[in-house]
Amino acid sequence: MTARTGASDLSSRQAPVLPTRDGARTAAWTVGLGVLLAASVVIAVTIGPAGLSPADVWASVLAHLGIGEPTLSPLRDGIVWELRMPRVLSAAAVGAGLALCGAVMQALTRNPLADPYLLGLSSGASVGAVIVIVLGAGLVLPFAAFAGALVALVATLGLANAAGALTPTRTVLAGLAVSAVFGAITSLVIFWSATGDSYREILNWLLGSLAGTDWTSVAIAGGAVIVIGVPLLASARTLDAFAFGDTAAAALGVHVGRSRALLLTGTALLTGALVAVSGSIGFVGLILPHAVRFLIGARHRALLPLSALAGALFLVWADTGARTLFDPRELPVGILTALVGGPVFAVLMLRNRGLA
Amino acid sequence: MTDALHTDRVRFTRGRRLIIDDVDCTVPGGRVGALLGPNGAGKSTLLHLIAGIERADAGTARLGDRDLAALRRRDRARVVALAEQEVTDAPGLRVAEVVALGRTPYVGAFAGPGDLDRAIVRRCLEDAGLTELEDRDYATLSGGERQRVNLARALAQEPELLLLDEPTNHLDVHAQLTMLGLLRELAHGGLTVLAALHDLSLAAGYADHVIVLAEGRVVAAGEPGAVLTPELIRRVWGVEASVLEHPVNGRPLIAFSEVARGGRMSRADTADAADAVEAVAAGAAEA
Repeated sequence: MTARTGASDLSSRQAPVLPTRDGARTAAWTVGLGVLLAASVVIAVTIGPAGLSPADVWASVLAHLGIGEPTLSPLRDGIVWELRMPRVLSAAAVGAGLALCGAVMQALTRNPLADPYLLGLSSGASVGAVIVIVLGAGLVLPFAAFAGALVALVATLGLANAAGALTPTRTVLAGLAVSAVFGAITSLVIFWSATGDSYREILNWLLGSLAGTDWTSVAIAGGAVIVIGVPLLASARTLDAFAFGDTAAAALGVHVGRSRALLLTGTALLTGALVAVSGSIGFVGLILPHAVRFLIGARHRALLPLSALAGALFLVWADTGARTLFDPRELPVGILTALVGGPVFAVLMLRNRGLA
Repeated sequence: MTDALHTDRVRFTRGRRLIIDDVDCTVPGGRVGALLGPNGAGKSTLLHLIAGIERADAGTARLGDRDLAALRRRDRARVVALAEQEVTDAPGLRVAEVVALGRTPYVGAFAGPGDLDRAIVRRCLEDAGLTELEDRDYATLSGGERQRVNLARALAQEPELLLLDEPTNHLDVHAQLTMLGLLRELAHGGLTVLAALHDLSLAAGYADHVIVLAEGRVVAAGEPGAVLTPELIRRVWGVEASVLEHPVNGRPLIAFSEVARGGRMSRADTADAADAVEAVAAGAAEA
């Protein structure tokens, strides 16, 4: 046995240790989910009261990209390009972002139950967004939501920490308290400003809804997913290093405090942008990372991109259900995600019986 | 030539409590050093200070002539590795993936692990006797297997200094001797090893050099035979013991008899003892 591992006789050992095999598997999943997502976007756009075919959707998309000639009537083209397409793409971006946030938060807090909704970030972001809307300052909306998310994050972690060690259960309880307060503030602000259907508006912020999303929403949510998602992906190895706790991460050369603060701020920023578009949609960040982990393991280089794709796919279909199930009335999409997410939460709780 | 570890007047307080009090210690290069002492003596903290996980209030830890605290984190993680006692569950990670974490200080943000990294992971799995377990879920392993995985992960950092916190805790006798035999082989291969240990006879049987810590101070250091005397064991651990000669390998064998009357040494005693250490250590070095 040689103790010091050097480069000397490595060429003689072509070691097929798993990362190669895993790399191929991850690539296959990425391509598969990517194709499925693209197809789902097109099909989801065809679904609705006005009957459209996938060919119509393609024709409209190509025409707007300047590749083909417009073949649809202006009305039908408007349904595709101005109504449904931005909504479906917003759903995809919000779903991808929420799943990314969940995966990152679960790693950083070593808490399988972490999620931007359960830890109160979403309700904090809602408060920020609603206040700005009431004050009538539209452009700073995502930033106000970010500030709200950050305040909520600090409040949740601070409260959990003050109550003792930062265990998963304490963190979720603290998130519940913070959510309750920020949810109430959101409702109060909307009620106080009282223009139009305030009940409906309150529901949309508290339960989340993609109704009324347009290309600006796509730009905000999609832009945030790309601008923040890329550095998060680049941090995959750092997130892996947290698997055995802070001491192990530090021993592997990770700047623990700075990395955690930066990455959590990133998730707050992303949550802010998403909530500004859609209100607080729950459980997407909880469900999808666990499903992906179950399928391909816990390494973040694979987990993060696949969670994002799976989150996009999930929310595209959840939102399609939300706008068509009770047509012509619309369900806040958060009701559907909670319908799936609640049971998943219960299963996770049972599976992690030792959870403190 | 493998570099030796020296700490020089390392001091560390947590809150207002002095945890590590002017610790000077040395582990010769390519040797196994054992860090001994009762619970709460500061063994883990000292390891964390050397590994740069906590920052000392004063003093330095050097490997050869390199000040470890002055290295960048990533560079330090390529020189010093710590195998922890804590064997927390890492859900969903397989053994080979856990060992691959040791490559963290070498791999870039976007680049995946390369062939060299894979080969090193494979070698470390072999060195720790884990080849057959590489696809197993870490959470399903026994305590001894987990300790070996932690060791392999540390080895994948290709360190020059290997620190271990209670590597034999919760292990059966076979696993204990396997672990310590492995550490000795690693040291012979050119690694400097410092392990915090509880079992005095194991330490005496395997370590080339022992450092006894009490109340955050070094109270004795040197060759096991010179350091582990009945008198020292009584003062530090508060138990009566006889030091015998091992019938097979001739190393010190410690037989405990009963709890000593008068109890353990107080903080004032450790101060006196610490003053006496240098003389003992110097004597041991000459011998």
